[in-house]
Amino acid sequence: MQYLLLIYSDETAWESISEDERRAIYREYSQLNDDLRGRGKLVAGDELQPVATATSVRIRKGETLVSDGPFAETKEALGGYYLIEADTLDEAIEWAARIPSARQGTIEIRPTVAHAGGAT
Amino acid sequence: MQDAFATALERWPRDGVPTNPGAWIIATARNRAVDRLRREQNLARKTELLARLQELAPAGADDEETTLPDERLELIFACCHPALAADAQVALTLSLLGGLTTPEIARAFIVPEPTLAQRLVRAKRKIRDAGIPLRVPPDHLLPERIRAVLAVIYLVFNAGYGPPVRRELCAEALRLAALLATLMPDEAEVHGLHALVLLQDARRDARVLDGELVLLEQQDRSLWDGAEIEQGRRALERGLALRAPGPYQLQAGIAAAHSEEASDWVRISLLYRRLAELAPSPVVDLNRAVAVAMADGPAAGLALADRIEGLDGYYLLHAARADLLRRLDRADEAAAAYERALALAPSDVERDFLRRRLSDLRV
Repeated sequence: MQYLLLIYSDETAWESISEDERRAIYREYSQLNDDLRGRGKLVAGDELQPVATATSVRIRKGETLVSDGPFAETKEALGGYYLIEADTLDEAIEWAARIPSARQGTIEIRPTVAHAGGAT
Repeated sequence: MQDAFATALERWPRDGVPTNPGAWIIATARNRAVDRLRREQNLARKTELLARLQELAPAGADDEETTLPDERLELIFACCHPALAADAQVALTLSLLGGLTTPEIARAFIVPEPTLAQRLVRAKRKIRDAGIPLRVPPDHLLPERIRAVLAVIYLVFNAGYGPPVRRELCAEALRLAALLATLMPDEAEVHGLHALVLLQDARRDARVLDGELVLLEQQDRSLWDGAEIEQGRRALERGLALRAPGPYQLQAGIAAAHSEEASDWVRISLLYRRLAELAPSPVVDLNRAVAVAMADGPAAGLALADRIEGLDGYYLLHAARADLLRRLDRADEAAAAYERALALAPSDVERDFLRRRLSDLRV
């Protein structure tokens, strides 16, 4: 099965920590990526640019509405994602628990819909 | 202060259980043949459901042939997975492992039947779609997952213990606790929970009179189920022999102490102290204060009660303090505490009791 791990965290928290702490966190991410790749579980993953760079698009009554900002203004913003392979939800939970942002933010785990002959 | 202590002992495990409006007819003993027949029918249905659920669930890397008892264990853990909401865990466990039909579960929890049915459908769908595995969790996850299963079983028991009493829920909880003890004999807390529900259930016929709770110290002990008390004590011994203490074994120890001729308050207060270390909560602290007052006198109990934080809105704290102050001849302070308790008391039964105490003071 494939799971999307959505990484939500408070951006101001990231800004308020020291360079050393940030480097340590990046090392954790790096190790996590290596482990995922090594086990053939990593399908995709990215850090996202800050929520200030977000743009929202809606089509209403045939009109394209473009606006500044994310889908919803929330204290914790979407900061990154992983798309992984895992046999069970428990396995996905274990990977999610290794994401550093889980310690102060939230990781949402969503199974993807398997379409026949579909994209992965 | 046995009163407040006993009431707290009766009531505090029920925090968080949905409250029940309206009276419920105390269930009478059922025809056992009918029970057994229904269980067999349900079991056949559940075996079929299990097979379908296994088809729907993604194949685990370690699929292997299992016998029926193992399948039930896997099912329990799947039903109580943390990714399911608590009310879904309870409904699913009762539906797939218990002997209750959907209408029975809905009635027991005073939820409209379509709501309950939807809850079950959604939960099974989540198990399938999110890949909740049908298996006994690996060792590193087992402690927390067992705790979740025990919490569900205890919640079912408390929902049935009432008042109002719903015998079928207590019976289901006892069955599930016994089943778990058979399937996981090396888990101490499993025996602890089994002991606890047996020892509490043993008092079922003495607890409620005319629809109202009878405090433990005032219960007619001849109505206690001696056989269940014995079973409970043996289950507790099985747990203790495994030398892995935990909150359920401690609570069972307290219940066992109360089931003796005269409650050993020194032992009970020590058990509460251990419980406060393992599963701290202000209500445990209150129970401990009351037990210490019985063992070492009201001054010692009051000293502990005055250190408790966070129970200011809980009438039993003030009722307990009031009683301790009364025993210390601090009548004015006792009266003030009874007034506080009165203002917070949840129903007429408690209010009447507190008013009597208050007027006794003023005599």
